[in-house]
Amino acid sequence: MSKDAILGAIRRGLRRGPLPDDQTLGLRARLAAHPRHLIPARSRVPRPAQLALFVRNVEKEFGTVLRVPDAGAVPAAVALYLIAQNLPQDLIMAPHPELQALPWQDHPLLNVRQGRAQPSDLVSLQHGYAGVAETGTLVLPGGPDRPTTLNLLSETEIVVLRASRVVGPYEDVWDLLRSEIAAPAGGMLPRNVMLVTGPSRSADIESVLELGAHGPRRLHIVLIDDDPAAIG
Amino acid sequence: MLATSPAFKENAAHAMADVGLQKALARTRPQFPAKRAAAVAALPEFEALRDIGRDIKDHTLAHLDFYLETFADNVERAGGTVHWCSDADAARAAVLAICEAAGARTVTKGKSMISEELGINQHLEQHGIVPVETDLGEYILQLRREPPSHIIAPAFHLNREDWEDSFRRSHTDLPPDRVFYERRDILSEARTRLREKFLAADVGITGANFLIAETGSSVIVTNEGNGDLTQTLPRVHIVLASIEKVVPTLEDATSLLRLLARSATGQDFSVYTTFSTGPRRATDVDGPADYHVILLDNGRSAMVGTEFQPMLRCIRCAACMNHCPVYGAVGGHSYGWVYPGPMGAVLTPSLIGVEQAGHLPNASTFCGKCESVCPVKIPLPSLMRHWREREFERHLSPATVRRGLRVWGWFARRPRLYRLVTRLAAATLGSLGRRRGRFASLPLAGSWTEGRDLPAPEGDTFFSRYASEQRAGRI
Repeated sequence: MSKDAILGAIRRGLRRGPLPDDQTLGLRARLAAHPRHLIPARSRVPRPAQLALFVRNVEKEFGTVLRVPDAGAVPAAVALYLIAQNLPQDLIMAPHPELQALPWQDHPLLNVRQGRAQPSDLVSLQHGYAGVAETGTLVLPGGPDRPTTLNLLSETEIVVLRASRVVGPYEDVWDLLRSEIAAPAGGMLPRNVMLVTGPSRSADIESVLELGAHGPRRLHIVLIDDDPAAIG
Repeated sequence: MLATSPAFKENAAHAMADVGLQKALARTRPQFPAKRAAAVAALPEFEALRDIGRDIKDHTLAHLDFYLETFADNVERAGGTVHWCSDADAARAAVLAICEAAGARTVTKGKSMISEELGINQHLEQHGIVPVETDLGEYILQLRREPPSHIIAPAFHLNREDWEDSFRRSHTDLPPDRVFYERRDILSEARTRLREKFLAADVGITGANFLIAETGSSVIVTNEGNGDLTQTLPRVHIVLASIEKVVPTLEDATSLLRLLARSATGQDFSVYTTFSTGPRRATDVDGPADYHVILLDNGRSAMVGTEFQPMLRCIRCAACMNHCPVYGAVGGHSYGWVYPGPMGAVLTPSLIGVEQAGHLPNASTFCGKCESVCPVKIPLPSLMRHWREREFERHLSPATVRRGLRVWGWFARRPRLYRLVTRLAAATLGSLGRRRGRFASLPLAGSWTEGRDLPAPEGDTFFSRYASEQRAGRI
């Protein structure tokens, strides 16, 4: 069998048989402890600076950010953004409780549908699970309340993110994912975890960067300032 | 993929005379190093991270059997299937069987060098299944029936007129006299065309930048989003990955990801870094129903425990080729197989044999730039030297090279004589060339001086200059 042949060849190369039990236990312990390595100091700053770093990095990668004081201000911010971009007042929204609880009824002209994205959808509204200040990266684990297609099919993706969910390095996100999503699911990660840093792009034509290759051409983040410590 | 590596010299001569390629090389050559340098300068911890990257990979390779089994167990726990494939034939058969079981007619593909190694497109086509490359660069190469010339910028060797020409010839349903005012217009046409393909595909095939043992996840990194559309929309997702792609944990992958994009494109992080774990769950509203991982060996396990093991640390960033003066002169196609540049010069002989690829480790000046930028510190020049030694031991190098080395070796073992001869040669050439300062042609070195002049020695040897500097107290 190929599996045995491959493992056998590796062990011959390493000049040993299957690992003895004590070494296997040691490796299992390393997996369970998943130790962190060196983490760049750039994101280890006070909360207001961390948020500012996140915003700066998103903008450096051609994303846009609008900070709003509370969740109630999100629908108006979304409606205004669509007007400013000359886009229709129509979007497909992640069926996430935090998004469903927003006062959409105050904006009757804004047509908000829920579910996964279809190819005809121009604008999607996604729920941001977390943000990574280190590189301005959004963390978007897939699931029934956060469909992956919302990150891919529309030309414009708007992500609603709470400031309290912006962390410094990626490692902090892994701990959130493990405790909040994987642990209740028997230790399994969601089927899909996308880390998104700016809108889709390609430099394949003459090494010149163009935005909007296959995924969204625009990535807009509405950042809710729900973290008093982060407001500088 | 059929190798033209034995014809490296002819390929290189052809490449040097290719006007379009030289234009593309002149454009690209300075860009990658400058972008990498800027990204590295902005991260003070970069050097320390290189050591960490090397150590993570070395730890994994020392326990590769354990981490592969753990990875496979976790894929299966998440509802996926792992196919262990010893060689390209087994992998092609496994992919075809999955596609046929799914009744697949079209297959979309994310960028994957393993796919090139397997020649999977040709194999699917032979069995009536249509493969569609979706990375923009790979897409045009498929239209032109060309292999990639770079591992992360596969079509960098093409110029704008090539793109327009290929699109006009292939997209025949569009008006032939349409105008591409900007590069964006070319991109938009590809986006529209490929969007239809994404939606119609039955199976999506991607590569993997990393496999994570802890979670059973495959990781892909793209800027376009094509890999994500490929692995999200079709009913079946197939991951092609070689065995050295596995790392233990999310934290280990994270440290390597901090190195990857900076070394590759000079970005801090790629636009899409996606972790896939098994098929869609019962409550998910999108994602594939089946998830398969093809675990390919294809000669890699034979590198474990040899002097070539460090090559298995490679994370395919392309920094080595982006900084290589030889690659910069001849481009990627000259190398004649899947992997070009310094990493290809080491890996290709391991995978297809030094008989086929012996020229590649010789196509280096050993300037050492590749090793100095490698994010996982692979000693590429030393590994190329090992291949040269093997080639010599197996009497594969040409007779003139062997004779020349033998003559040099005879003198080198007699240091007094060696110094005498080199002193005489330096003095003679120095006095002959004093007027012009260089030689346009020299006996026995005709093919060397054909392409450039030999600077005339100043009449002294290094040894005598060193001794006199020392006497003068300057050293």
